[in-house]
Parts: sequence; C-alpha cells; structure tokens
Amino acid sequence: MGTTASKSMRNVFGETLTELTQQDARTVALDGDLGNSTRLAFVEKENPSAFLQMGIAEQNMVGVAAGLASCGQIPWVCSFGAFISRRAYDQIVVSVDQPSLNVKLVGSYSGLLTSNTGKTHHSFEDIAMMTLLPNMVVLSPGDALEARQAMEAMQRYDGPVYLRLSRDETLDILPGSDRKFAIGKSYQLASGQNVACLSTGAMTPRVYEAVQNLQEEGVHVTHLHFPTIKPLDEQAIVAAARQHDHLITIEEHFVAHGFGGMVSRVTSRDEPVRMTRIGIEDAYSQCGKDPELLDEHGLSSDALTERLRTIYEQVSSS
Amino acid sequence: MDQLIMHAAGIRKGVIETVYQQKQGHVGGPLSAADILSVLYFDIMTIKPEDPDWPERDRFVLSKGHSAIGLYVTLALRGYFPYAELATFDALHSRLQAHPDMTKLPGLDMSTGSLGQGISSGVGMALAAKRQNKAYKTYVLLGDGESQEGQVWEAARVAERYQLGNLVVIVDANNLQQYGWQSDDKNGRDTPDSNHGAKWKAFGWNVSEVDGHDISALKETLQHITSAPDGKPKAVIAHTVKGKGVSFMEGNFKWHSNVPTDEEFEHAMSELEEV
Repeated sequence: MGTTASKSMRNVFGETLTELTQQDARTVALDGDLGNSTRLAFVEKENPSAFLQMGIAEQNMVGVAAGLASCGQIPWVCSFGAFISRRAYDQIVVSVDQPSLNVKLVGSYSGLLTSNTGKTHHSFEDIAMMTLLPNMVVLSPGDALEARQAMEAMQRYDGPVYLRLSRDETLDILPGSDRKFAIGKSYQLASGQNVACLSTGAMTPRVYEAVQNLQEEGVHVTHLHFPTIKPLDEQAIVAAARQHDHLITIEEHFVAHGFGGMVSRVTSRDEPVRMTRIGIEDAYSQCGKDPELLDEHGLSSDALTERLRTIYEQVSSS
Repeated sequence: MDQLIMHAAGIRKGVIETVYQQKQGHVGGPLSAADILSVLYFDIMTIKPEDPDWPERDRFVLSKGHSAIGLYVTLALRGYFPYAELATFDALHSRLQAHPDMTKLPGLDMSTGSLGQGISSGVGMALAAKRQNKAYKTYVLLGDGESQEGQVWEAARVAERYQLGNLVVIVDANNLQQYGWQSDDKNGRDTPDSNHGAKWKAFGWNVSEVDGHDISALKETLQHITSAPDGKPKAVIAHTVKGKGVSFMEGNFKWHSNVPTDEEFEHAMSELEEV
C-alpha cells in the first residue's frame, strides 16, 4: 500500500459539510469566528442559509446548537479544539451531553500542529474531556478521506459527537477508496510480532511511516489505527494484547489521560500487558514550525522510528 | 383574569407544600415567578399538554433552573402529569429532578440548572423556528442574578444580530440571589442591578418593564410585545419580589432555598389561602 499526499483534513471538512447541508436542510454550521481557518467558510460561500456566525463566544454557540438540536435541526459547531473543549465544557456537559442532544462538535486544529500558535491553541486535553462524557461519541480520523467518512457517519448518528481534526495535510494511510469507516471500529494497517502500535488521528500517518521504515530494516511490528476513541474497539485491543508482548499507544495529546489511558484501562481489566504510552508529556508546549515541534516531542516519523525500534529490540531480547 | 390569579396562588401553594413535604428545594425564586408562569402557561403560550412534543408548540426554557419546582407545579396544574407526582420532587428516581431534565419529564423543552445556559438554547430554538418558517415563539425565564453570567450577553448579542423577533426573554427581577452583596437593605443583602432595561435596550432588544405580580399588566405586556412588528428580540423586565405571597419570605434572601418549619408552613399556607 503506497502513501500519497492527501488533501488537508480541514479542506475536506469544509467541502463535506457543505455537501451535508445541501443534502439535508436541517443541517446547519455554527462558526466561532474562525471559518476562514477551519474552512467552515466553504459552507457560507456555497450555502449561506446553512451558516450561522456566532461570533467569538463559544459558550453561547454550544447552547444555541443545543436549542437548534432540540427542534430537530442538525447543528455542526466548529472551533479550534482548544476553545470548544476548554472554553465551553460546562455548556457541552449540561446543554448537550446530559440531554444527549444531536449536536456535532468539531475541534479543528487539534493536538500539537496549530500553525505556529503555541500553548493557548494546543489541545492536549480534548480527548480526555470529551471521552469522560457518558453520551459523547469521540472520533479522530487519520486522513482526509477518513474525515469525510467519519462526518457522513456522524450525520447519520443521532446523538452528540466530538470530531477531532487536524489542520494540515496528512498522508493517505489506508489502502484503496473502498474502505468503509464505521463508528467504533479499528483498522489493522500492518501485522508483525512482539510489538503492536495503536495510534489515533493525525498521528497514524506518522506511525505508519515509522512502521514502514522498520519494515525496510526487516523489523515487523503490528499497527492498528483507531479513528473512533469512544466507543473504543475493545475487542481489537484485547486481541492485540493477547498476540503481542508489548503495546505502544501513540497520540497527539497529553499521555496522562488520553487515548493511551483508555487503552490501558481495557488491558488492565481484560488482558494485562506491558505498555508504552507515547504522546505529549506532562508539560505545556510552545510555538514552532510543525517539523520542529514534532521533533521536540519525539513524534516525527523519524523520531518514532527510533523509539519503536528501541522498544522492539528491548522486548525481543527479553 | 381571576382564573390566572387563582392559578398563580395554586402554583405558590404547590411550591410551599412540595418543599415542606420533601424538605428540599428552592422557594423564593418560584414564588417571585409564579404570576409569570401562570400567565404564560394558562394564557399566552400555544401548547398542547396532551401532546407535549407537538412540533408547533411555543417553547419555554427555565434558564433559572433552580426554580424547577415552580415549573413542575405549573405543568401539573396544566395537566402535563398527575399532580400527585409532585410528591416525588427531588427524590431518587423521580422524573422531577431538582433542576429540569428534559430526558425524564415530558413538557420540558430544555435541561437547565447551570446558570446562563438556558437563554442560549432559547436563541437556538428561535433560530430553528426561523429556519423552518414556523410560527412558534420561544419564551425564556431568566433570573436577575443569573444575568451576572457572561453567556447571557453573548446570547443577547446573537439574538439581536439575527433579529429574533420570535424570542421573548422575561427577566424575573427580584433583586435577590442566593447570597449577593452586603447592603443597607433590611435583610442585609441584595443584587445591586437596577438597570436591566437599559442593558437589554443597549443590546438592541425591544424592552418592556412591568410589575411582575400584576397579572393583567403582565398579560397585556406579553401580548403587546409579542405582536410587535419589529424583528427585535423582546425582553420583558418583570419587577418582582422574591418570596412573593408569603409575608415573612418576601424580600429575604434566606428564603432562596430554605425549608419551612411546621409553624412557618401553616402560616404560609393560611396567607396563600386568602388569595
């Protein structure tokens, strides 16, 4: 399976949401004054009646979406991941998740790569915050095509969903155009021995490259991609834990309470296994160019190649 | 008109009885809002209690969600559920949660309880009506203390920008909150905000001020303002007295949330019976 440069997730997000508003008049996009960044602007341009500018006021924006949903509309609320999760969390809990309203929350520019904007715009908490909520589905697609499919699934699903998107271009990581995203399902991208890598979101293409680098060296590790973080594909995690000596989770999020934490909750209960959780360590980050930040946090393909090889060698020699 | 006065008295009695029996709940706020609830549910609003999800119904959001018991008594009197169910208020597994839960009780258009949020969902309901060309109106009952939340003004701004003439916010301006500020008032606390009308006007809303315990004035104001031809969202500043209807509760912040003793209960009920 080859990798090719993909369209950026945010462009596909804007295009897909435009189509969804055109297909179903109940669908409406709410912008927190970031439409030109998040590409929600595509909706305003192509279908202006389906676009509502809520201004720089995320708390109200989430509440308005709840009211729209209570009247049968399908609101898609979009802001940067940092702002929608942290700034409007009580509104998400009380007005959206407790009544389980059909609101689609989109955290654009999630994770580490936020166009050189630094600490305030990084969202390393959103997976933890959103997966905590009992009624929330949390999706974290790995490339542009998967983002489109995840959005189509969200539109069909009746209930609150958080979609975690990244800003920049990703690689097409999964083979073919016939793949079918399904909420709650993980995908195996490579099979190997001893070590299994479990990744989510925009980290997956970088892990995929690292796994390919290792394959060229004759080192074969398993790689599973999780575009859904909640509900988690627990069956696949347990199977991976049974078949390997060591699991590695990799995410663009604080390691303390993110995807890796959720995976370890499953393994500690059902199939205890040694794990390494890779992500953002327990400190805030800073501004910098994408490659610089990825290197700084050991999350570039090259850095991951090194880290995975080291773990593989340790596991295989013990 | 007499009927609306009787319903308001019935709401007040139901509130006092329920809070006394359940030893739980807020008193002062529901009493200040009783006349407003009576006029809305027994006169102004187009609703079908037998079909609470009727898509064309007017919407009501209790943004000051801690006054839930006032709304529950109103809904019971209006026939949404058996009056006897009020006896379950605030109890484990009850549909009548301390703060409104729309997933449990039919007739609730929104879940509230964290202040400042209900008005935003009301804006969403009014926007939904416009998008679907529906005639229903959305009524939001907001507390004056609640208006300290910044989200209220985020909502006010968006409602004006989208010219939500189908949205009516009623401010229950009872000048008290749970604790408030020290003051020279006889009870020593108040909510120092006498300029509600000017604030809503400054946000571009069509504003009316009314005695929130004058049933006929309330009815006339709501009828007048909802038929206004302009596209401005409507704010009715209802000047009220916290604890209204029970002399020893009126204007005393301690009755924000307090359970009457046996003696206080008898006293309160006898005053309300006189209406």
